[in-house]
Amino acid sequence: MKFFVASLLTILLSFISGLYIEFWWFFVVIAFGVALLVHQKPWKAFLSGFLALFLLWGSLSYWIDLKNDGILSAKIAVLLPLGGSSILLIIVTAFIGGLLAGLSALSGAYVRKVS
Amino acid sequence: MNRVPLIIAVTLTVAFTFVLNKQWGGVPALGKFLSPQHGLWQNAEPIDQDFSADLKLNGLLGKTEVYFDERLVPHIFASVEGDEYFVQGYLHAKFRLWQMEFQTHAAAGRISEIVGDKGLEFDRTKRRLGMVYAAEILLKEFEANTITKTFMDKYTEGVNAYINTLTQAQLPVEYKLLNYKPEKWSNLKSALFIKQMTETLAGFVDDLPMTSAKGFFSDEQLKILFPQTPDSLQAIVPNGTIFPAAAVHPIAPASADSLYLNKKSVGELVDKNLPNPENGSNNWAVAGSKTKSGAPILANDPHLDLSLPSIWYEMQMTTPTMNAYGVSFPGTPGIIIGFNDSIAFGFTNSQRDVRDYYEITFKDDSRKQYWFNNEWKNAEQKVETVLVKGKEPFLDTVSYTVFGPVMYDNSFPSNQVKDKNLAVRWAAHDVSNELLMWYYLDRAKNYEDYKAAIQYFSCPAQNMIFASKKGDIAIWQQGRLPALWDRQGVYVMPGVDSSYMWQGYIPSEENPHSVNPERGFVSSANQRPVDNLYPYFIPGGYDLYRGITINKKLAAMSAITPDDMMKLHNENHNEFAATAVPLLLKYTDESQLQTSEKAFLEIIKGWNFKNDFNEKAPTIFKIWYDSLEVVVWEDEFAKTDLKKLRPSERTLLESLLRDSNFVFINNISTDKMESLRDVVTEALQKATVELGQLEKENKLVWSNYQNTTVYHLLKNAVLPFAKTGLMVGGGQHVVNATQHSHGPSWRMVVHMTNEIEAYGVYPGGQSGNPGSKFYDSFIAEWAAGKYYSLWFMHQQDRNDKRVKWKMSFDKI
Repeated sequence: MKFFVASLLTILLSFISGLYIEFWWFFVVIAFGVALLVHQKPWKAFLSGFLALFLLWGSLSYWIDLKNDGILSAKIAVLLPLGGSSILLIIVTAFIGGLLAGLSALSGAYVRKVS
Repeated sequence: MNRVPLIIAVTLTVAFTFVLNKQWGGVPALGKFLSPQHGLWQNAEPIDQDFSADLKLNGLLGKTEVYFDERLVPHIFASVEGDEYFVQGYLHAKFRLWQMEFQTHAAAGRISEIVGDKGLEFDRTKRRLGMVYAAEILLKEFEANTITKTFMDKYTEGVNAYINTLTQAQLPVEYKLLNYKPEKWSNLKSALFIKQMTETLAGFVDDLPMTSAKGFFSDEQLKILFPQTPDSLQAIVPNGTIFPAAAVHPIAPASADSLYLNKKSVGELVDKNLPNPENGSNNWAVAGSKTKSGAPILANDPHLDLSLPSIWYEMQMTTPTMNAYGVSFPGTPGIIIGFNDSIAFGFTNSQRDVRDYYEITFKDDSRKQYWFNNEWKNAEQKVETVLVKGKEPFLDTVSYTVFGPVMYDNSFPSNQVKDKNLAVRWAAHDVSNELLMWYYLDRAKNYEDYKAAIQYFSCPAQNMIFASKKGDIAIWQQGRLPALWDRQGVYVMPGVDSSYMWQGYIPSEENPHSVNPERGFVSSANQRPVDNLYPYFIPGGYDLYRGITINKKLAAMSAITPDDMMKLHNENHNEFAATAVPLLLKYTDESQLQTSEKAFLEIIKGWNFKNDFNEKAPTIFKIWYDSLEVVVWEDEFAKTDLKKLRPSERTLLESLLRDSNFVFINNISTDKMESLRDVVTEALQKATVELGQLEKENKLVWSNYQNTTVYHLLKNAVLPFAKTGLMVGGGQHVVNATQHSHGPSWRMVVHMTNEIEAYGVYPGGQSGNPGSKFYDSFIAEWAAGKYYSLWFMHQQDRNDKRVKWKMSFDKI
């Protein structure tokens, strides 16, 4: 249950803050805050942070890409280079978001543990 | 409690966030770049994007409606004069902001700010040429005139109204890739844009290598190698026209022979970052007497670097006093090439040489004083601060003389001949207000209005073509052009006194022109504007063969329709090849050829001289002719320091046609006396090696050889943003002037019937966003030689099904 609540809260707050806040990394603060608020074992906190942003960034980019017919992702995926694969670009996007949120949630969980 | 895991976790979080927020070399700031709510994904425009909007903005005077058609072309209807420029600025910014800023940064020599020190030499060239200096002079003129001041201010306000609303998410994707932000627009930036175009069209010069050539050749020899008037010239003003006597008589200084024409030069002088000499265009207008409808037809296709986003943005602008349609330059107000409800207008470049160099003698290395008219004169010094991304700023001191800025000296470029201080005298530094011409042209009703409008235009001189509903056609080569004495400015001139300075200008009434000529058409294709009967010396980098083809075709046509004009735009006939091939065939010694060489020769024999995309002959001809040039010239030129300067293709051809014993045919490094037959055959044999290689790589077919590509402005750094390998024909010397990444940047045909009928296409799209389906949506039509019918919309058509979106602008 806590895992579910933490993940959902991270997704929701990250999405809303993303609409209004110019700093792309603000979800790192949110993942940290959620981990402070919702007490979980560190590895679970990491996982819920990771999952939250992996899902959020993954589904957002997937949805945008679908509506765009893959016009831009196909070009960027050659530039980066990811062999021109839009899906790979979406996965890399999701993974980077997930990793940062996971690490931040982990930090939050340890802070809570220490104090 | 063990704090180690905490420290590790926090460190990793902060470190990763930091790393992903920063650009590393060519890799963008990945976190920022990939964030779906801030980064690149926000530029992935939905294919069913709704462009409609209701906007209330500060600076507007009244209501303006903008209707977008299915090609995303805006049709602006402003109820108050001035608002059309505000809205144009807003739309330019909304669809093309990155390119506007990038191009004006380039003009100002500020590329290093974005790309780091690899841009430094480019930036220093721009600064030392005085681009900002020129733009500031233009800006002063803009602002001194109430009309230009008012509409420039409106335009700038419009651009900034858009920039002010921008969030990180909405930034064009190039800013995100390179990790920087746009600054505020200003009238100076528009002036810079115009000076950038001026440099593109009036910046090419070969005075420096020509001067170096005097170390090896005499002026008499150089007149033969680089002649002023080709034999087969078909001038813009029909050959044989009698001109009135010159009103201005420039006089060569007494020392011209000893200190200038016959003075030997030492070492190779080099120019940096010159514009593409192929920048040019075609335009023509046919009178009603030659058309099926009885109404004139005007056609224009400017040849520029093919780029994405395109240099052009198509639009219609309507106000209580104006209704103009055509293409605009993102970065400047107005319609640049197009038509209104009474007239149509277009441009080709005059190719006239308006950039000269003077050798300056400085008192010492501080370059603060120079010898002029028998005294040490103070040079004004301008310190240019070039900001460099990731490095300390670079400071460059440029001395300004009575001639202009000292572009080249011991500090620049690094391989310059020691103590050669060269000041540049460039017409683009002179006082003028070019924008005023477009203000009046967009509103012109007849020939008199057009003629009055073009008087405001000084530089770059253009061949300004005109047709009206009333039935007039005209062409004027218009600009403020120096009256030069014979051979003035061909080489670097002495700068120790005023005797070599430009002495005056050709009165504009004496500029080459043709108005309603008997032959029923006017045309230009960057050729020399007049034959030798013209009473002035007019050096320039002129073209030749496109003009011959156009004139031949137009002379032979009757009952012309717009469709015929489109076919002529796309004509692939290669007049240069048609002139050269019979000569090559006549002088090929087939008994000397091997099978592979004969095979290529046979293809040439069967060629109809069309550079069609699927032909092999254009490639074979090109390589053979290039090889002939090497065989003829290299024995002499290898003994000089000249790396690039060679006589033109047409000079060699005309020399050989004139004289099969042309003195340069002989190879001076052999004991034998070579004949034309020897060199033509040898050239084919040498070409066969390269041709065999091309055949192996499947590059013999013309479109594979040319590999026509529309690059993004950042070129190979963002190759996925380009359109490569287009299957198009054409080429140099061909009316369809499409080359590798250069060619017809806008094709337009306007039929001056009562309800104007117009067609156009450019190799790009209305949106500058590589994530939009409108980014390159016109390229396929352009490559196929097809056109869009241009919708000259009336406001009562607002419910027409062609209107897809509507933006309403109103004051607050």
